Amino acid sequence: MTDVTELGVAAIREGVAKGDFTAVEVAEAFNANVAAAQQALNAFIVPTPEKAVEAAQAVDAARAAGKPLGKMAGVPIGMKDLFATRGIQTTAASHILEGFKPEYESTVSQKLWDAGAGMLGKLNLDQFAMGSSNETSYFGNVISPWRRNDGGNAALAPGGSSGGSSAAVAARLAPAATGTDTGGSIRQPAAFTGISGIKPTYGRCSRWGVVAFASSLDQAGPMARDVRDCAIMLEAMAGFDPKDSTSLDLPVPDWEAALSGDLTGKKVGIPREYRLDGMDEEVAKSWDQGIAWLKDAGAEIVEISLPHTKYALPTYYIIAPAEASSNLARYDGVRYGLRDLPDGAGLQDMYAATRAAGFGPEVKRRILIGTYVLSAGFYDAYYTQAQKVRALISRDFKEAWAHCDVILAPTTPSASFALGEKSADPLEMYLNDVFSVPASLAGLPAMSVPAGLNAEGLPLGLQIIGKPFDEQGVLNAGLAIESRAQFSAKPEKWW
Amino acid sequence: MSVDTATVAKIAALARLKVSEAEIAAMVPELNGILAWVEQLGEVDVTGVEPMTAVIENKLRLREDVIDADPLTGGGKRDDVLANAPAAEHGFFGVPKVIE
Repeated sequence: MTDVTELGVAAIREGVAKGDFTAVEVAEAFNANVAAAQQALNAFIVPTPEKAVEAAQAVDAARAAGKPLGKMAGVPIGMKDLFATRGIQTTAASHILEGFKPEYESTVSQKLWDAGAGMLGKLNLDQFAMGSSNETSYFGNVISPWRRNDGGNAALAPGGSSGGSSAAVAARLAPAATGTDTGGSIRQPAAFTGISGIKPTYGRCSRWGVVAFASSLDQAGPMARDVRDCAIMLEAMAGFDPKDSTSLDLPVPDWEAALSGDLTGKKVGIPREYRLDGMDEEVAKSWDQGIAWLKDAGAEIVEISLPHTKYALPTYYIIAPAEASSNLARYDGVRYGLRDLPDGAGLQDMYAATRAAGFGPEVKRRILIGTYVLSAGFYDAYYTQAQKVRALISRDFKEAWAHCDVILAPTTPSASFALGEKSADPLEMYLNDVFSVPASLAGLPAMSVPAGLNAEGLPLGLQIIGKPFDEQGVLNAGLAIESRAQFSAKPEKWW
Repeated sequence: MSVDTATVAKIAALARLKVSEAEIAAMVPELNGILAWVEQLGEVDVTGVEPMTAVIENKLRLREDVIDADPLTGGGKRDDVLANAPAAEHGFFGVPKVIE
């Protein structure tokens, strides 16, 4: 029999629909992989094998009864532990939410269950999605299934914040997983682990029931093995939700049906400011290769300019912490989550003690930065200035769309790095988001697809950025790269 | 602009974060490193630029002014709301005494 854990979303759905295997067989096969890898990779905070089987039984029963099957019927997935799941612990990888069992289901996860998907478990992540290496989780680091080919066994970063998602998909613990992207948290981990992931236009996926980090940037999206699987899953996740005030009231296009890798007549912009001094040679080479592939797909290549690129990261590191400091004010030890009540403490002392005990160092650092840039006397110099520069970054893209349909760039400035390598210096870690943050600030759809391996045997990703609402253009360019890159490498199993 | 230990202590108090003196001492150089780096934004000419608050143009909606229009987010959920409270008492959130 086929090893179903080698199959992606489309193949599993098709196999289940045709009766090649049952949804329960699929769920059980992935459940077994999850259990076998848990010790070594730590990709899940809470595995939920019974949920996966329960959803699969419903799909098998529906098929037996001749009922129509959903877009994700029979596909078990991993759910980033930032999505509220009814009755299942939801922590954002923090101590302060340890034990929190929501009484409600996030819109995105509900849509996936309604489409016939099942839940393998809640995936580990950087605490409150703050991090680029999955080293800030209260529940321990996620270890990438990839290793360098130097014979050393250095534990590598699966990327962040959706590091549990990327590790699980790359290691065949799940055919697909949800991610969320605030400054690159879908694209960077996808690039580090040789998988695909798309962050749609801001507002496509409801934020209702997603633990908030920086509300003007947070967007959910799928992470999967290929472009088609991403398109299928994004269709299931997206859609108008009156419960999210920034939700886009637009129909969800049939992205999968309209997939086409033929880019004849399309213009691909190459932003000259992304060609950084001292750029990693292999990253530069992979970018050039991507340009050649898109040309081969029929696209015309044009050089474009995004003059405010160098200001994107500092802008992001004002806006995101500012919003985070405000969003995370809700964790007070009163309504849910941890309470630390020292002897004889009053209300204010309880707040401060609870938050000190419940938040990790990176979260505290960002709360402090955010509080500072929003404080009286500094608000205009930092926060208002950052919002203005954000407007200019967004305008750069608007002007670029006069010359091109999509933009091609590397996803990350390097391949994955070893755990501990960058965690000592917060600034160095922040710089890893240099190519992903601008599209986030502008709310644009952007995706990472695997391009190849570097000399160390580690995956490199290419990023496609599109116009607002043009996920189709992004997916199509992704498909054009995918069909030429023929990326089939996978981590050698050591866990 | 840079921060000193007194400023960090003040911000931590504003953010309701209990921090030890050792933590403050460690945070001063870290925050200063980050602040010095973000200060490069000051060199950007933003004359006439409006601060951006929404990246994708969208109209803010108001929900219908109807009780329980969406039962999920409507009323009558006291027990659900209290289900995760660390100290729910008599149908309320319990907190330490706030009036001396």
